[in-house]
Amino acid sequence: MNDLSAKVDVGAPIGESVRHESAHLHVSGRAVYADDMELPPSALHAAFGISRVAHGRVKSMDLSDVLATPGVVAVATASDVPGENNYGGIVHDDPIFAEGLVQYAGQPLFAVAATSMTIARKAALKAKIEYEKLPAILSIRDAIDAGSYVTPSQIVARGRAREELAKAPHRLQGTMTVGGQDHFYLEGQIAVAIPGEDGTLHVHSSTQHPTEVQNVIAHAMALPAHAIVVQCRRMGGGFGGKESQPALIAAAACVLARKAGRAVKLRLERDADMLITGKRHGFIADYDIGFDDMGRITALAVMLASNCGYSADLSGPVNDRAICHVDNAYYIENIEILSHRCKTHTVSNTAFRGFGGPQGMLAIEQAIDDIARTLQLDPLEVRRRNYYGESPRDVTPYGQYVEDNILGRLTDGLEKTSRYRERRAEIAQWNAANAIVKRGIAFTPVKFGISFNATVFNQAGALVHIYTDGSVLLNHGGTEMGQGLYTKVAQVVAHEFGLPLSAVRTSATDTSKVPNTSATAASSGADLNGKAAQTACRTLRTRLIEHACKTHGVEPHEVKFTKGLVQIGNEQKTFAQLVQSAYQARISLSATGFYATPKIHWDRSRLNGRPFFYFAYGVAVSEVAVDTLTGETQLTRVDVLHDVGKSLNPAIDRGQIEGGFLQGVGWLTNEELWWSANGELKTHAPSTYKIPSVRDWPLHADVRILEHAPNPEDTIHRSKAVGEPPLMLAISTLHAIRDAVAACGTAGAIPDLVAPATPESVLRAIDSLRSTAD
Amino acid sequence: MSEPGVNAIRFVLDGEIVEVADAAPTTTVLEWLREHRQRTGTKEGCAEGDCGACTVVLGELTGSGGDAGMRYRAVNSCIRFLPTIDGKELVTVESLADGDKLHPVQQAMVDQHASQCGFCTPGFVMSLFALYQQQERVNREQVVETLAGNLCRCTGYRPIIDAGCAMREYAEPTRWSRADAQARRRIDAVGALRRVSPLIRPGFWAPMLLDELAAMVEAAPDSLLLAGGTDIGLWVTKHLRELPQIIYIGEVVELQRIENRGGALRIGAAVPLTDAWSAIVAHVPALTELAQRFASPPVRNSGTLVGNIANGSPIGDAMPALIALGAMIELRRGEATRTLALEDFYLGYMKKDLARGEFVVAVNVPVPNTATRVASYKLSKRIDQDISAVCAAFAIDVADEHVVAARIAYGGMAAIPARAKQAEAALVGKAFAEAAFAEAANALADDFKPLSDMRASAVYRLQGAQNLLRRFFLEHATKQVLRTDATEVSA
Repeated sequence: MNDLSAKVDVGAPIGESVRHESAHLHVSGRAVYADDMELPPSALHAAFGISRVAHGRVKSMDLSDVLATPGVVAVATASDVPGENNYGGIVHDDPIFAEGLVQYAGQPLFAVAATSMTIARKAALKAKIEYEKLPAILSIRDAIDAGSYVTPSQIVARGRAREELAKAPHRLQGTMTVGGQDHFYLEGQIAVAIPGEDGTLHVHSSTQHPTEVQNVIAHAMALPAHAIVVQCRRMGGGFGGKESQPALIAAAACVLARKAGRAVKLRLERDADMLITGKRHGFIADYDIGFDDMGRITALAVMLASNCGYSADLSGPVNDRAICHVDNAYYIENIEILSHRCKTHTVSNTAFRGFGGPQGMLAIEQAIDDIARTLQLDPLEVRRRNYYGESPRDVTPYGQYVEDNILGRLTDGLEKTSRYRERRAEIAQWNAANAIVKRGIAFTPVKFGISFNATVFNQAGALVHIYTDGSVLLNHGGTEMGQGLYTKVAQVVAHEFGLPLSAVRTSATDTSKVPNTSATAASSGADLNGKAAQTACRTLRTRLIEHACKTHGVEPHEVKFTKGLVQIGNEQKTFAQLVQSAYQARISLSATGFYATPKIHWDRSRLNGRPFFYFAYGVAVSEVAVDTLTGETQLTRVDVLHDVGKSLNPAIDRGQIEGGFLQGVGWLTNEELWWSANGELKTHAPSTYKIPSVRDWPLHADVRILEHAPNPEDTIHRSKAVGEPPLMLAISTLHAIRDAVAACGTAGAIPDLVAPATPESVLRAIDSLRSTAD
Repeated sequence: MSEPGVNAIRFVLDGEIVEVADAAPTTTVLEWLREHRQRTGTKEGCAEGDCGACTVVLGELTGSGGDAGMRYRAVNSCIRFLPTIDGKELVTVESLADGDKLHPVQQAMVDQHASQCGFCTPGFVMSLFALYQQQERVNREQVVETLAGNLCRCTGYRPIIDAGCAMREYAEPTRWSRADAQARRRIDAVGALRRVSPLIRPGFWAPMLLDELAAMVEAAPDSLLLAGGTDIGLWVTKHLRELPQIIYIGEVVELQRIENRGGALRIGAAVPLTDAWSAIVAHVPALTELAQRFASPPVRNSGTLVGNIANGSPIGDAMPALIALGAMIELRRGEATRTLALEDFYLGYMKKDLARGEFVVAVNVPVPNTATRVASYKLSKRIDQDISAVCAAFAIDVADEHVVAARIAYGGMAAIPARAKQAEAALVGKAFAEAAFAEAANALADDFKPLSDMRASAVYRLQGAQNLLRRFFLEHATKQVLRTDATEVSA
């Protein structure tokens, strides 16, 4: 079979910048999102009633006024959940409706279904709830002091970090602090639950993980999984925020739908979405690092601690990934990583593009910057001296070999095209001459592990039908959230049959078509689903080739699929003619495909193994200007060189690189989550929570994809994953700000810059440097 | 005199006159489109006018007779009440394509790979469409300014900017070319909606004359005056408030005027911020940046300058500059009128010197002479479309390099926008030099005891306020703009 596939001449749209499959629908308002679907006339609209206290016992909850509101049809609380009142995927500690105890301000206590969303929202405010307030833990440090954790702390160690630290030629300590981040997908969380016959439920959910939504609903409704169909055609953005969170929304909608016996749409308006659903984990990292005169790291001891919020959710895996990215691009022989997963009385934090990786990287990048400042070396030199290299400098702290290292090539390339060295000198001159506006520059690398850490999730399925007119319908377990997955996988399928892209349509991701899928997450969408779809196509192609051989008396290598035609020996047929002929011969024109990532293994108890199939790399140089009177910053230029292997679609990949980068810039600069002293999130709408806007894209940007760099591993057409890695290119922007701040102090001084680097944070760092200098 | 559907809301959509008889006064344009009309291309992203996913374009008749033309501007449909588009043309993302043939704005977005998840895309298309109609040629800066009110979380904006820059390079479409947008049939369709008597609906009155308005407000003093609705819209969508009787001032012809009267600009209460700032900046170029950073184009196209004033928020961005310039407001109650210095209008947090039945008719903004050094600076987390942590404005009269008079006003520093009287006193009579400004900066600590909130801490607010005063001095002393965006970038 492999023999056959190798000889088929396929020459369609792999590697071409074809447009997003829905682009024409997006721009004309014809792309249908969950909120746009026409509902049965009797459909209801729902809203949550939420806790207003961060931690407390519910003494009483009187919902009579809610229910008495004209237009209200049903109210659901914990006692209305027929099965398990939980949507926590790993640890079962996430109630759909809190019962007795509330653990964050914003936690759902009940939901209301009414004839309009406005009625439901207004009615929900009429609940009379009495709480007995309990002490709330709101910060990471307080949680550590209280020993408050959602899952047990973990340690990964190699070598003799403590001994080597004690005898290091130089040693410094510091703390990296970074805040969380709201996903701010433009489309808020939404589910539509439509009751079907015999107790079944059909659910439209804006979700990256239809299977988990299906399973959570099944458990909550005490139904077998086969009674639940979950479908998602597209999301208006996900970014990790629609991995575990949609199960809450969908399950609540189902409980209401069951109770009312009518279809229920539960859409969170923006404030509800931001108050109720989880975000990126804020982190602190206390590091103690030893190094030699050249800036080479001799030992590192680091404590990572994250704000997980009130429940485990995905915090275990998120923090595991943080552990696996503390090394980033650097070989650290003696290392000890302690990881605390802190429980606080805030919203339960969840997956977000990078999934802990960025926070781990920030720790080592800051430590390296400190080393460079201490030794008064160019930080890029210190970085380069610590890069992974040849054996024995090629093993990560968790035991995986870095076999595909291309950082040297990337770094040399970008150093040249960005004129990093010359610019650093120019900026130093500017800073010597200018007191008010300081400039800064930074070059940072990214090495990001690709695959779910947990081996089990690295599997995918696809379903491919060929119809007798030669058109192809594709379905796979991956979801479309804007990243272009449907486009890329359709390209793969078209390529296998030598068809134009227009011959392939992708139908909505659907648990009744491809079952038991993993979340579209960990950047793995195209890797997994592309391979699964390719497998299905090859099964079908083999059948078609065998049929052609039989009818035409040719050998398999004489059958070629190209440009919508099939060459069979000396004869040429259209693809549709061959398909027709196969149909007449009663050959199945539908096939499933399955893929499981090879080579990977992970010992979760020891946090050791080869969790990642390969690494994706990238480098970036940011330049900023900082107003030292106000702390305002501006990203004036960025240069990026990023590794996507052999790109399936350069336009889509570039979109991921640029979009990921700016999203990272937002996280590290403007986007500040701010809680009141009693634990209420006060930044819960775009009026108070500022994601980057159009002016934040730098005027000068040079974003390039590394050419001629096929993935050495056998991925789909030797491409690499691109969803998450570019986000971490934004660390260069934070470090450029750090560089500009440092220009306010004396040589060798280390800035204490807390992320997000809001104007206030930057001004505080400048003032503290200046007061030390005085 | 009776007109057909006189009490129905009437507007043009896709060339047809739509009559809506049964919408509640606070039904938003977005709600009507999505829920009443099943026209779901326009999206809700935030329901507060901050993300732009709901952007639509309104066409309005300008001029008359041979000079008649259509003016197209983007607005946020999520906070715009449906009755306020009476007499206008509504253009949504579904309106643009000619069958399957996309409009150049849309085709440019496709060709530049400018949509990913696509949810914000209709809003971007409509903001760019407004620019397409407004400008024969567009440059990058215009595109960026135009899109300040549209958020995209996927793309990083680069391809959208490129699409905006490329959109005028496509062949003229048959539908919605600039010429087609000004076609007689469009002008006539909107012209036919012109009212001869006010729109009076349950809960919503839209007087057309100032005297009518004054009489209505006096007769129903508990009613709510609505102009652009860029704040009041949120009372409905966010705070779920039931509004009293609304009196909409947007149709009052006398309030739509900007006049230059004896060295002052008189800006009527119904003048949108876009036009108000354009007039102010033409006379006070020092306020260009403030005008540009004031909210976003869709908000400025709906909201009014007097609305910002009458709302009386301590963080409104217009007040510091207007107070520093010595603006006066005109108030009216029944037949009685009075004028008041703007700074005296604010009595306490959201408390104003406004009697029952009284309303603001206009603001008079004196144009400073050349001896007055003017600046206004805003501090916020994001450059564009953010609410100030601190907003400062300075108008310092200088003679012989000495300060002869000083007006300094701040927003975000107190419960009301207010003058910094002690800082002013520290400057007057002193040389325009560092020492006096340092003393004035210290005095700010006596003028203000700011609060800490999600936008900034009290410490930062005070320090920021002081340093903005320092910036003002340095920029005037060095004749340089000391700002990050004026910094060179290494090539």
